[in-house]
Amino acid sequence: MPQTDAAAVALARDGDSEAFRALVERHSRAVYRLAHRMTGSPQDAEDVVQETFLKAYKQLSRFESRANFGTWLHRIAVNCSIDLIRSRPHRESGHDASDLDQFSAGDADRPAQASPERLMLSAEVQERVTAAMSSLSRMERAAFVLRHFEGQSIEEISRMLGLKTNATKHSVFRAVKKMRVALDPLVSSDDVADTRNARA
Amino acid sequence: MHLTDDELVLHYYGELETSAARRAGDHLAECRTCRTSFATLQRVLAAVEAAPAADVAEGFERTVWARLQPELPLRRSGWMDMLRLSPSRLAWAAGIVILLAATFVAGRLSQRGPVPQTVENAAPDSGLRERVLLADLGSHLDRSQMMLVELVSAGSAADLDLPAERARAERLAYDNRLYRQTALANGNQALAAVLDDLEQVLVDVAASPDQLSPADLVDVRRRIENKGLLLKVRVLSSEVQQRQKQDIRVRAGQSS
Repeated sequence: MPQTDAAAVALARDGDSEAFRALVERHSRAVYRLAHRMTGSPQDAEDVVQETFLKAYKQLSRFESRANFGTWLHRIAVNCSIDLIRSRPHRESGHDASDLDQFSAGDADRPAQASPERLMLSAEVQERVTAAMSSLSRMERAAFVLRHFEGQSIEEISRMLGLKTNATKHSVFRAVKKMRVALDPLVSSDDVADTRNARA
Repeated sequence: MHLTDDELVLHYYGELETSAARRAGDHLAECRTCRTSFATLQRVLAAVEAAPAADVAEGFERTVWARLQPELPLRRSGWMDMLRLSPSRLAWAAGIVILLAATFVAGRLSQRGPVPQTVENAAPDSGLRERVLLADLGSHLDRSQMMLVELVSAGSAADLDLPAERARAERLAYDNRLYRQTALANGNQALAAVLDDLEQVLVDVAASPDQLSPADLVDVRRRIENKGLLLKVRVLSSEVQQRQKQDIRVRAGQSS
């Protein structure tokens, strides 16, 4: 198995399928995780992985050997995820933020949390994040993941998703609002309720 | 006048225009209410970031490959293309095949001339010695090929771990010398010529300075490419592998 991605790419370009297999084995998990985050569906994520590597294989000759293969592949995976999202029937809003109200029930009795570090590790936070992510529409999810995890600007996201800038902004706002509904009770300090009342 | 939730989100992501960002910053410095709200937003989004990525099943890579492989379009390899297009290269490759076959099948390497010491010690009979020789030569060619590929494909000298490459080249050059001498002693000029070309590159890399200049790297690459060295090593390596497989089949037939 070639030791570096650069060596594997060079061999794969010459038709060495084992070298390409080495690249698939090294990078398929990362591509799947990205695709799953973008699409929210295991099945769609698998399709994106397949499409990403097929595209990469066909475009190997265009890959600049001085670039990082993982980064190049990541870009292809983002584009494949977006293509898949855009190819599906448009559903502007997923679950309403009110769907997340279930999380608020009983929160009033919850004792103040001790430390943010502890919260980060808590299974409940993770569960709520997963549920909140699932409540996002496809576009909200794509816009939020690209903004929050991929660090793309609103302008770039608008171009990638084919949305107007305002529509992209509002997709991100709605996504963040849903995250807040789900997580506020866990991460807020005692004075947040007072603060919220003051700002209202 | 407090900042809105949306303004706080834009501020968090650095999406406000310069003047608006400055105003938001000034306001947050003065307004405890907005500062608390912003801190909560930061915690919420940090928690989102800390959430684990999706689980991936054991053996996922194998599944991906099993689905992917039948879909991959056939890719004509670069060096196979060269073979197809160049009669002289075809003749050269055929010559190597014949020479290798003559050398290994007749066991001449094991009967005449010096043999790498490690092989000598490890091979109590000529059949076993031939197999060990084949395995050693195949491994040597694979390792050499890998090094050549890395040299050719490195974007710059900075992409190479030079001390490690030098040490690797030194070991390969030492082994290569033994194989070349063996080939010469057996009158296998074609094999010796390829190994000689390979050795020159390996020795140069082994003796390279700590700081390889871009010009030095270009020079090494040019020599690899001008001599068609990668192609030659690949063909040799492939033939050795074929010979090993054939040997295994013969032995399997004998034992059954």
